[in-house]
Amino acid sequence: MTDRNQPAHSWEPDPESDSYRRYREAYEAAKLRDVPFETMSGVPVAPVYGDPPYPGEYPYTRGVYPSMYRSRLWTMRMFAGFGTAEDTNARFKAILRNGGTGLSTAFDMPTLMGRDSNSPWSLGEVGRAGVAVDTLADMEDLFSGIDLSGVSTSMTINGPAAIILAMYVAVAEKNGVARADLAGTIQNDIFKEYQAQKEYIYPPRPSVRIVTDMIRFTTAEMPRWHPVSISGYHIREAGSTAAQELAFTLANGFAYVEAAVAAGVDVDEFAGRLSFFFNSHSDFFEEIGKFRAARRIWARWMSERYGATNERSLLCRFHTQTAGVSLTAQQPENNIARVAIQALAGALGGTQSLHTDSFDEALALPTEKAARIALRTQQIVAHETGVANVADPLGGAPYVEWMTDEMERQAEAVFAHLDELGNGSILEGVYAGIENGYFVGEIADSAYRFEREVNEGRRIIVGVNAFTDGSEGEGDILRISAETEEMQLKRLTEVKQRRDDDAVGRALAAVTAAAASPTTNLMPPILEAVHTYATLEEIVMAMEAEFGTYVEKAII
Amino acid sequence: MGEIERANSETESAGPERVGDAPADDAALTPTQDARLRVVLAKLGLDGHDRGLKVVARILRDAGMEVIYLGLRQTTDSIVAAAEQEDADAIGLSMHNAGHLTLAPAMVAAVAEAGMTTPVVVGGIVPEEDVQTLLDAGVATVLGPGASATEVAQAVRDAVAAAEASAS
Repeated sequence: MTDRNQPAHSWEPDPESDSYRRYREAYEAAKLRDVPFETMSGVPVAPVYGDPPYPGEYPYTRGVYPSMYRSRLWTMRMFAGFGTAEDTNARFKAILRNGGTGLSTAFDMPTLMGRDSNSPWSLGEVGRAGVAVDTLADMEDLFSGIDLSGVSTSMTINGPAAIILAMYVAVAEKNGVARADLAGTIQNDIFKEYQAQKEYIYPPRPSVRIVTDMIRFTTAEMPRWHPVSISGYHIREAGSTAAQELAFTLANGFAYVEAAVAAGVDVDEFAGRLSFFFNSHSDFFEEIGKFRAARRIWARWMSERYGATNERSLLCRFHTQTAGVSLTAQQPENNIARVAIQALAGALGGTQSLHTDSFDEALALPTEKAARIALRTQQIVAHETGVANVADPLGGAPYVEWMTDEMERQAEAVFAHLDELGNGSILEGVYAGIENGYFVGEIADSAYRFEREVNEGRRIIVGVNAFTDGSEGEGDILRISAETEEMQLKRLTEVKQRRDDDAVGRALAAVTAAAASPTTNLMPPILEAVHTYATLEEIVMAMEAEFGTYVEKAII
Repeated sequence: MGEIERANSETESAGPERVGDAPADDAALTPTQDARLRVVLAKLGLDGHDRGLKVVARILRDAGMEVIYLGLRQTTDSIVAAAEQEDADAIGLSMHNAGHLTLAPAMVAAVAEAGMTTPVVVGGIVPEEDVQTLLDAGVATVLGPGASATEVAQAVRDAVAAAEASAS
């Protein structure tokens, strides 16, 4: 007979083992939040359960830090922005007044595509889905009255990222803040643009040259800046599976590492400032397995293939956003439940920051009320559920460990394919996969398979193809007024009248000359150009003269 | 302008791209030989969200239509030119960036200006309260997110039939 008071198996780590002592030492060195680490009923809980390697230990499957959320909860970073620079500036100031230190900037479609507000392409898009930036003057308004040495700014832009970063540096320096003191992240992940989001300007190779120039520039001059946020989010939104999201994203990461190393930067000098951005979709355990596998794969590849030795270079630190594509226009309130489950998966997967989507986003940009509910949703996960008390609470569960291995196995198969395509280079493999339609084809196949399953009723989407009784009506939705466009056009005209056109012309010629010289870093001449109030599109075109444009093969 | 891909011929030549059979009991999705509709699909403007449009392309192809997929970054001019050249029965646009109130009427106007009667079908994220505005502007049908494959194929057929009826 077993003694009922003696559990057959101890779930707690052996306190005498070397591995656990090593973990405790690291854990105790961390500063902890001043909250009780116990259940709602008052039962004290340990910082970790199960087997080594523990959180904060190679290969980091269980988390990048030993104490995880006991030290710091994930950052609740809500992405927002619309209208003019002044509108967004007012919102930034409100965030800072409320104790926030992180600003996140959404740009409108013309800005994301490197077009000015007065371009014929911009009609109907100015200020709609983000803030419009045409010249340094808009960036000055955007950050007016904000001490840039005291904030961390996230800027979601890719094709024209170098120009936007230059504008940010220029604004800071005009206000007496040194570029070395600037902290933040610029998305700048051009590979996923060809694969999924489609906001590219130039062909892949010159685009990657711009990215490596930015890595070189920030490594040398902006030590607090994260030059690339390698993003699987958009790959998933475009229809990929979880494993494809994982594989394509990490492959893109390896490709940037290879490109920067080829440009002469030591891997340990920049890899620690690369960060990732993943999607959290509705299949709970698959998502958690994906997050855990991402950390393990990145650590192994950085160490074994790229020879990184600095611990920070091995850490896959990531931002997570819940799956916009999972939100339904039918019975939109149901989306609150979806977002809660996806947010919980992100927390259990060990994310460093989280954006929760608003329930009305299948209809339009979120209303303030919907955005507040989204933020409250992740606050409930953080403060009420107890999941932040224990690092990797699902680690060791057979299904979770199997799923983690399975995600890794599928990703490794993709890496092997790309490695072969690129003759031993993941970078060349990614270029080849873009050129031959591999990525877009794989993503479109997965998207269509999913749609067919929904359409045939083999996959249930509540409120869409099942349980459709109930309110299908829409509530309030956010409207952006057409005045924004008029104001922005007026502002652009004024700036162009004020500036010295000769200086603009000389600066743009210097950008084109730098583009023609592969070993010249583009960042200094771009900085010069933004100072003359050259427009975004003018600078884009100055490089386009040398680089050309990219037109994707239309594959369905 | 992007390279035009002919969905049907592409499938025939490339071979392996098989997306399965349409459900046999679903009339709207069953390929018909008598009326082989030709549909031009495009993203108008800068918006790069092409997931929905690609899915629609395959749905229409499986329903027996010929899809001329123009892809991203098209202008009203490039779409009209393609529709004219391909003798298209319908034009399908997908919109996700809140630009539909500007872009969709511009498309309808461009079609009319070219002296054509090709119906314009809009899909994507269009708020319910904008649907009537678009219909008033001459858009043939607006398909919301979550429209089924059957609804998509039938909407295109209906739009073509209505355009033919009003032209004759």
